[in-house]
Amino acid sequence: MISLSEYLVVGALLFVISVAGIFINRKNLLILLMCIELMLLAVNINFVAFSHFLGDVTGQVFVFFVLTVAAAEAAIGLAILIVLFRSRRSINVDDLDSLKG
Amino acid sequence: MSFEKFLFYVFAFIAIAAALMVVTRRNPVHAALFLVVVFFNTAGLWMLAEAEFLAISLVLVYVGAVMVLFLFVIMMLDVDLATLRAGFMKHLPVGILVAVLMLVEMIVVLGPSHFGLEKYAAPDPAPADYNNTAQLGLSLFTEHLYALEIAAVILLVAMIAAMRLTLRKRADTKRQVVSQQHQVKKKDRLRIVKMAAEEK
Repeated sequence: MISLSEYLVVGALLFVISVAGIFINRKNLLILLMCIELMLLAVNINFVAFSHFLGDVTGQVFVFFVLTVAAAEAAIGLAILIVLFRSRRSINVDDLDSLKG
Repeated sequence: MSFEKFLFYVFAFIAIAAALMVVTRRNPVHAALFLVVVFFNTAGLWMLAEAEFLAISLVLVYVGAVMVLFLFVIMMLDVDLATLRAGFMKHLPVGILVAVLMLVEMIVVLGPSHFGLEKYAAPDPAPADYNNTAQLGLSLFTEHLYALEIAAVILLVAMIAAMRLTLRKRADTKRQVVSQQHQVKKKDRLRIVKMAAEEK
């Protein structure tokens, strides 16, 4: 049978891969957003696994809300990215060093 | 090894390999497509954990909506990949170091000694008439109704914000102003000229 720790380790692996991705793709805002999506997914795997093993559907309700917030975050993040690209012609994080619009 | 365990390892291996490709690809389009692979395989893992509704909605919401949005934005923006890749090799050792440290720490905590089958026995498979969607809906619409409504408002706000942010008024666009069109009088547009009849 599949044990709880196997699910948790898969989640942990996905999480650390996305953390490493944030480190090595420091400049590309698009890849950074994708890494954040991957992190949220890793957390969701933990929620689903605990919900299955504890026999409580509340964990899945939580995943539902995390999916909602992640979708909203992706939509607004990409919209901000487009506005940024229009004004700076670049999505390099190093170019975003002033608060003035 | 049971068939479920075999499926679990196949899904987990492909998901992790694709996640590695996501963070190392040069081209953002390839990264986004590998992220789609990760989502599909994670949906398979959730199916094995008897979370059928969430597995399907992961494919629908993420693969169908969020990743399409990502691809759309990637292809719309004309990014200079060379400058964005600068420093990739420089930060690689730090990234790997942090990742390995975190992974070792997490495996110490989450490993079989704390969360193995002896501590958390695998639950019995759900009976054939068990309906995951119905259970989830029952919990959502009774216990978590308020949170559900807040989630709906969040989505509405995100939708309006995304549209407002990307709305662009160009100076050279031709557009109709309906109120002005309705207020137009005959004398604004039509000029009657009096002149003598001419012979050909």
